[in-house]
Amino acid sequence: MAPAVLIEQLQKRYGAIAAVKDVSLQVESGEIFGLLGPNGAGKTTTLRCLCTLTTPDSGQIEVSGVSAIENPRLARQRLGYVAQEVAIDKVLTGRELLELQAALYHLPRQTIKPRIAEILTLLGLDEWADKKSGTYSGGLKKRLDLAAGLLHRPDVLVLDEPTVGLDIESRVAVWNFLRELREQGTTILITSHYLEEIDALANRVAIIDRGIVIASGTPSELKDQVGGDRVTLRIREFSSVEEAEQAKGLLESLPLVQEVIINGAQGNSLNLVVVPQSEALMTIQHALQQAGLPTFGIAQARPSLDDVYLNATGRTLLDAEIAAAGSRDVKAEKKQNMR
Amino acid sequence: MSRTITPPQSEFLNDREGSIAIPNSTPLSDFIQETLALTRRLFIQLQRRPSTLAAGIIQPLMWLVLFGALFQNAPQGLFGESASYGQFLGAGIIVFTAFGGALNAGLPVMFDREFGFLNRLLVAPLASRFSIVMASAIFITTLSLIQTAAIVVMSALLGSGLPNALGLALVGLIVLMLVLAVTALSLGLAFALPGHIELIAVIFVTNLPLLFASTALVPLSFMPKWLQVVATLNPLSYAIEPIRYVYLHSDWNLSSVVVNAPWGSVTMGMSLLILLAFNVVAFVAIQPLLKRTLA
Repeated sequence: MAPAVLIEQLQKRYGAIAAVKDVSLQVESGEIFGLLGPNGAGKTTTLRCLCTLTTPDSGQIEVSGVSAIENPRLARQRLGYVAQEVAIDKVLTGRELLELQAALYHLPRQTIKPRIAEILTLLGLDEWADKKSGTYSGGLKKRLDLAAGLLHRPDVLVLDEPTVGLDIESRVAVWNFLRELREQGTTILITSHYLEEIDALANRVAIIDRGIVIASGTPSELKDQVGGDRVTLRIREFSSVEEAEQAKGLLESLPLVQEVIINGAQGNSLNLVVVPQSEALMTIQHALQQAGLPTFGIAQARPSLDDVYLNATGRTLLDAEIAAAGSRDVKAEKKQNMR
Repeated sequence: MSRTITPPQSEFLNDREGSIAIPNSTPLSDFIQETLALTRRLFIQLQRRPSTLAAGIIQPLMWLVLFGALFQNAPQGLFGESASYGQFLGAGIIVFTAFGGALNAGLPVMFDREFGFLNRLLVAPLASRFSIVMASAIFITTLSLIQTAAIVVMSALLGSGLPNALGLALVGLIVLMLVLAVTALSLGLAFALPGHIELIAVIFVTNLPLLFASTALVPLSFMPKWLQVVATLNPLSYAIEPIRYVYLHSDWNLSSVVVNAPWGSVTMGMSLLILLAFNVVAFVAIQPLLKRTLA
């Protein structure tokens, strides 16, 4: 069976700017695939090429085996696209927008009414359906946007930064909804620059930076590639430098500890890299006890996707965000997104 | 978003039947379905925000009453065969109202581009993206015909008389041809210009100069030679003069001379051909612009 989405060696330039230099990815049917990267990395351009809004300069795009470049109309039928900016007509009611959507996707007339009723219930929009969408809250608008993207039962739901600008409660609600959709068999391709979002949702991830896929795999695989678990240790709430140095020397001699860094910004706490999945906490606490040092707090965690990103690019996602924010040409991007 | 989203207990998304919704529809029925849906959207907008239509009807009536009164005391015969300036002005107002409305046709499309709503249309499997243009054309044409009817009725009430039934049909046809061509140009601009500010600027600098450089407000004979040349190059004059003619002559036919241009006489039939040519030029001119966005 053909993969739900296949993108091979995609390239797209806007004038002098190479938005996408080399993106290849394969989304299997029934999974949530996350495209993670800082703003301006080429995520949206990749999705725009997939959804036939932009013609790529080179590369292949297939949706369930159908070329989106040669057969755009067939590809459009199989895709549901929910753009980052909520695109609804505030004068129309939710139901009217869905009726328009149904006609644009040429749903058979007799199925339109029941299906709209169904999707409205599914997204908890029943009581809002006949109110003008201009009166909706941000979360409601996003839900309506999702309903429109799902109305024609696409093979693949494509979501560009679905939770940007939503409050935390709404974000969690969207996450739960997307998980439910996956349970029901819908394939989902999602972009995000939130690590937690991709970590929480995606079965597989591609990390994209400056138009190139720099790593891909399951979140777990990617984290394993980076190496050991992360341990954060606080001897006291605020330790002296001497005490921290003493503990550092002590811990570095333990065989399961790979690296120790003193974090001066966090009250001289210690950041350790340890052998993955080990009994590190017990061993460390025991060693500290032997040396007569207390333990204020200690936590072990798997490396995050940020560590993966850091490992591949030499900067954290946050640094990349800040750098990108400074060099973005908002006007030019707006122009690219307008057709 | 609150926690009220219900989990998809129904088999909504598992039910793949009908997910490819094309089997027994044809490209033509798809095209009609999407065009009607897009047109319906524009009419719902109009219904909920009727102020533009109200203004679009009141404004030409004010022109008719106030501007018409400006030259009410002009000597008889000054405005050709028209009995009064008000009667003379009617045809000009009809054409200028239709022209102005059509010139604005691109604005909703421009706003759809800016708000990303156009993307929603472009990712949908439309039978032809020409349905987006078509819906705008149907909408604007309907509005223009309503406005025209209002002006015709008002003119009649002000004593300018009525053309006969065939004459009224001709007025409708002329308005239709003019509106289609100008709508096409405006939609072309809506896809070519970067934003609504620029589009409004173009509308602003186009509207009044074309009004003054036509026979809407005064007859050709009032104008200096150079302006006569400009006015007879202005396609609007070929919409105004035939309408003015059918108001005054119930015995009009296609060979009636309606414009006495500096280079010769133009008949009713030739005027209609000029409007047709204007349409052809407009639609050919916007092809590359539409292709870039709607291909």
